[in-house]
Amino acid sequence: MTVSIVRFGGSNCDRDAERALEHLGIDAEIVWHEDGLPAETSGIVLPGGFSYGDYLRAGAMAARSPIMAEVREAAADGVPVLGICNGAQVGCESGLTEGAFTTNESARFQCEPVHLRVERADTPWTAAYEEGDVIEVPIAHGEGRYEIGDDRLAALEADDRILFRYCDADGAVDGDSNPNGSKGAVAGLLGERETVAVLMPHPERAALPDVGPTDGQGILRGFESVADKL
Amino acid sequence: MTAYTATVTVRLKRGVLDPEAETTKQALERLGFELEALRSADRFEIDLEADSADGARERADEMAERLLANPTIHDYDVEVDER
Repeated sequence: MTVSIVRFGGSNCDRDAERALEHLGIDAEIVWHEDGLPAETSGIVLPGGFSYGDYLRAGAMAARSPIMAEVREAAADGVPVLGICNGAQVGCESGLTEGAFTTNESARFQCEPVHLRVERADTPWTAAYEEGDVIEVPIAHGEGRYEIGDDRLAALEADDRILFRYCDADGAVDGDSNPNGSKGAVAGLLGERETVAVLMPHPERAALPDVGPTDGQGILRGFESVADKL
Repeated sequence: MTAYTATVTVRLKRGVLDPEAETTKQALERLGFELEALRSADRFEIDLEADSADGARERADEMAERLLANPTIHDYDVEVDER
């Protein structure tokens, strides 16, 4: 199995993702978006960064590049797709997941560790955790405020598609622990299939023991658990 | 075919927080201006040729639907003028 990490002009967390996956023993390669997805792709990372300079809206341009049609097709076939930060913005802009990530409530770029509460543990991305677990993973974004209509948020909650919420160290979700004003404190969510997920925090920056906490490893291991079933 | 300019204005839906507009408002207040509220919008001026104003509007609508606006957070309107 090989996880394809899609590099757009302006992606800058593609190498971090590759390093983190390889540390976990998951084969990964960076794929230039114009080259299309390799046939042996068994997983897809949409990495962080500033694709197309965040022109128009973060993720808007990359979401409409030809490779995203291939990504949507692969996602529909059950290939696991993980969108991280700018990749999460691309995921929402491309319709892989619902809602939108827009300007932080603070109107500032925020780069800091945050706590996330695992909202469900029965997905590939969270099988390493228990429901209600609190993990620490960094954020680094200016446009990470999750926005969606109230009725659609209620529908996502009813469908159990919220994967992570911002919380405090004890797992309490309140205004103070919500770093960017995200509606419902949503930090990450699932697409139509449980094999498709996006999140604003960076699990690949919390995966190497040499550089800090490793709480993000379990999320990346989602590629392993899905590959076993494919 | 007639030459038109379609002007697409994209703005946040009412009720969606606009931190950039709020920051801009505060900057104006720091400069001594009095104002109650400030809303920002993106405006795209698209030159195109079409059989009719309706045809031009239809294409500009589709551009807004497919790229210029994000229906989750935006409303938009289109105005068409002969050029």
